[in-house]
Amino acid sequence: MSDTVLATQAASGHPEASRIAEAVIRIAGNSQDGIQAIGGFLARLAGRSEQEVMTFMTIPSTISGGPSIFQVRIGSGEVLSSGDEADVLLAFYQHSYDEHTGSLKKGGIVIYDSDHVEPNPELQPAYRHLGIPISSRTVEAIGGTGKDKGKNIFVLGLVAKMFDLNVPKLEKLVSERFTGKDASITQNALNAFHAGYSFQLDSAWQTFRFVEGQKRGAQQVVMNGNEALGFGLIAAGVRFGAGYPITPWSDIMELLRRELPKYGGAFIQCEDEIASISMAIGASYAGRVAVTGSSGPGISLKTEALGWAVMAEMPLVIIDVQRGGPSTGMPTNVEQSDLNIACFGGHGDSPRVVVAPANVEDCFYTAIDAVNIARKYSVPVVVLTDQAIATRIEAFEQPDLEKVAQDISPDFTPVSDFKPYDLQAPDGVTRHLPPGTRIASGKYPVVTGLEHDELGHPTGSPKMHMQMTAKRRMKLQALSNELPLPKVFGPSEGQILLVGWGSTQGPIREAVEKARAQRLAISALHLKHIHPLPNGLDKVFSGFRHVFVVEMNDGGLYGHGQLAMILRARFADSKIHGVNKTDGLTWKVREILDQSQALAARLAKGGA
Amino acid sequence: MSTTLFQIPPRQNTIAITPSIPEAERKGLTKKEIAADHPTWCPGCGDFSVLALYFKLIEKRKILHEKITTIAGIGCSSRFPYFVQAHGAHFIHGRALSFASGVSLSRPDLHVFAFSGDGDAFSIGGNHFNHTARKNVKMTLVVMDNWVYGLTKKQTSPTSPQGFKSKTDQWGAKDRPINPMKQAISAGATFVARTTHTNPNHVLQMMEAAMDHDGFSFIECLSECVEFYEGSFDASNPRKGGKFELVPEAHDVSNELAAYALAGEDFPGKFGIFYKSNRPTKNAQEAEIINDIRSKNQGLKDWQILQKSFDRMK
Repeated sequence: MSDTVLATQAASGHPEASRIAEAVIRIAGNSQDGIQAIGGFLARLAGRSEQEVMTFMTIPSTISGGPSIFQVRIGSGEVLSSGDEADVLLAFYQHSYDEHTGSLKKGGIVIYDSDHVEPNPELQPAYRHLGIPISSRTVEAIGGTGKDKGKNIFVLGLVAKMFDLNVPKLEKLVSERFTGKDASITQNALNAFHAGYSFQLDSAWQTFRFVEGQKRGAQQVVMNGNEALGFGLIAAGVRFGAGYPITPWSDIMELLRRELPKYGGAFIQCEDEIASISMAIGASYAGRVAVTGSSGPGISLKTEALGWAVMAEMPLVIIDVQRGGPSTGMPTNVEQSDLNIACFGGHGDSPRVVVAPANVEDCFYTAIDAVNIARKYSVPVVVLTDQAIATRIEAFEQPDLEKVAQDISPDFTPVSDFKPYDLQAPDGVTRHLPPGTRIASGKYPVVTGLEHDELGHPTGSPKMHMQMTAKRRMKLQALSNELPLPKVFGPSEGQILLVGWGSTQGPIREAVEKARAQRLAISALHLKHIHPLPNGLDKVFSGFRHVFVVEMNDGGLYGHGQLAMILRARFADSKIHGVNKTDGLTWKVREILDQSQALAARLAKGGA
Repeated sequence: MSTTLFQIPPRQNTIAITPSIPEAERKGLTKKEIAADHPTWCPGCGDFSVLALYFKLIEKRKILHEKITTIAGIGCSSRFPYFVQAHGAHFIHGRALSFASGVSLSRPDLHVFAFSGDGDAFSIGGNHFNHTARKNVKMTLVVMDNWVYGLTKKQTSPTSPQGFKSKTDQWGAKDRPINPMKQAISAGATFVARTTHTNPNHVLQMMEAAMDHDGFSFIECLSECVEFYEGSFDASNPRKGGKFELVPEAHDVSNELAAYALAGEDFPGKFGIFYKSNRPTKNAQEAEIINDIRSKNQGLKDWQILQKSFDRMK
């Protein structure tokens, strides 16, 4: 990937512009400056230009204002992470300049708003500085009333010029963004864009041009992980949901509230987290798998009802958009520290399913899988996503919607007789009859949280509790058998196997590619199905000297993160170790490699 | 991507049939057909009477097994669904109304009944009571109020009167009790009625009126706990020397303040419908949103509507 700054290729046919394969642009300002909008435009432009794109953003957890960044990595080849270091930094304020020049590559370009930023003379030799009066030029372009609102669009124009981006496509994107608003707003935005684009750069400044992206057969769509998950649920046939606002889950509930009525469905905002899961379970019972979701603290509140769904064997999808820390923690940062609560949260033996999407595209398909596992095994399924994947934008091949969209309308065909908790059912899988279904025998089922007999009536029989406990567990063992064994990324034998789950797939793969380029025998394995695990992982592990589980959570009391702990418990294999971090930020490729190699070195010396 | 991974097999544990009696010729149910498990309540419990009258309601109104859904949380009262031969759910403590809302909002074809006790509805489930009333979700809630926690054997409940000696208030309850009628009226319930288990005809009348109400209908039914609070409601029972007085005919059920005043009367107070209004239900409002939005996408299949959204994300 981009080891040298904007590694230029032989310029051909375009004298002024150097050809580049990819670029990482970091925009730093305050949260109300609309810097996410610039990132969004660039990401969508990349999608429309058949380039790969991945973004990364931070937002402050304050209500208004506060420093915020948006990083976008655009490439003509495969883009796996949002980039360790930036090629270009756009700094709106002094604090943006001071805090983010460190994230720039040596020799990188810093473009700063000379109306607000006093550059540091000590940094002048390390980075190429370009001061532009962004605020005053924006005011000039828009004229009077707007203050410096619109400077994000001015900057977009600058970037378009610098990277020789497709102007008509960007103009179209800008216009689309302001559709439905006053025509003067669109005009102002376009004026700001053109002012930025036509700003006279010193002739010493080179411009760049991306190498053509590989032609793809299908069209690309551009969205963030929360959007992909929301639309995935709709494609899966979910038509009812209930939730309570919490960052970063709220986007999904807002999307479903807006979209579900188009399909005859509804999303209900409830008074609290407990009501949300209860209402969703009620709707699932009524015949069609429903969804609820939250982030950390809300998931804690939902666990009693989740236990009921396990006991009553009710299908349900629960989205957990993980954020940092216990309690209120770091609401706008990322962490993978809800794995334990997702797998084990609650009282009693309560087996449920946990799946974790690996990227934005996978959010869409994981939602469909989650719905189908819930239906097939009559069990609650937790989808563990996180703040990073929720907010990052990626372009991916548009799904064949006609093919993937499914109808899961309930079946009310009358039946002769029915036992919801039939102990003889294949693999112990319960199939519920929705209320409204006529049962000719006149014996109707009750779904319940009490230990029950096959008809759902309470029992205190020790034997029945043993049989029913086994039944609820056995069906997940059956699911294990059905799960595909994930493929190793890289050779299936070597020194180190990096095991990851969830949103870290991209940076881990990029780490493997880098390591392989340095002739290090490192491969990776990505787990999407966390609970139950697919069978046969031990065989995969046997090809490697070390198995390092890379997670964004704490190394724990005994030196292993949350997934590492499960893998250790499952395989009792002492070569499993944790590579962890808790800074609330996504993995940098370099961090993964440095920590893994340091750990391997420690182990070689007999340490742990 | 793995979209074909999890194929759902057809129903395995049922045999689909064409019922021998055609839909149109089905008659109402007998009490024997509606009764399921024998109730686990103590002999003399007021809840027996509520159950008997629920059966009577189903019998009288010729409701078929599959058209009703009986939902409860936790408590003595909340064992209810096991005793009714119909689809039912026994949910967790305090959350029956949220569960019932999920059923009601997604299934307009069902009569949704929730049964609850004073602890379930006003203590652990107090928040859900207020919000289900406010949202006006179509269903009937009967709270069998016995002024005590019975299932856990005599602790103070949110409706226990001050001075009631329980295992958690050995010297007599100190906290001001909740007034269920005031609570319901101020929360925005659109049907608020009060009855007592010792007057079966009145219980049935209230249940019928509640079922016919289009909205969240709430009945407080005094239901004596003979084990832990014997004699609690004697003052409302003429056979025990008390008074059973109906809501005066002149009372205007649409007058919220008058209803509130009625609810403030000292025990035994009045019995009947205190308040009734015709605010649109949550069910109707959601249906309206759906109809409005769907009129713009007429003739499109679901995947085509989804395609339109995806086209905007290119």
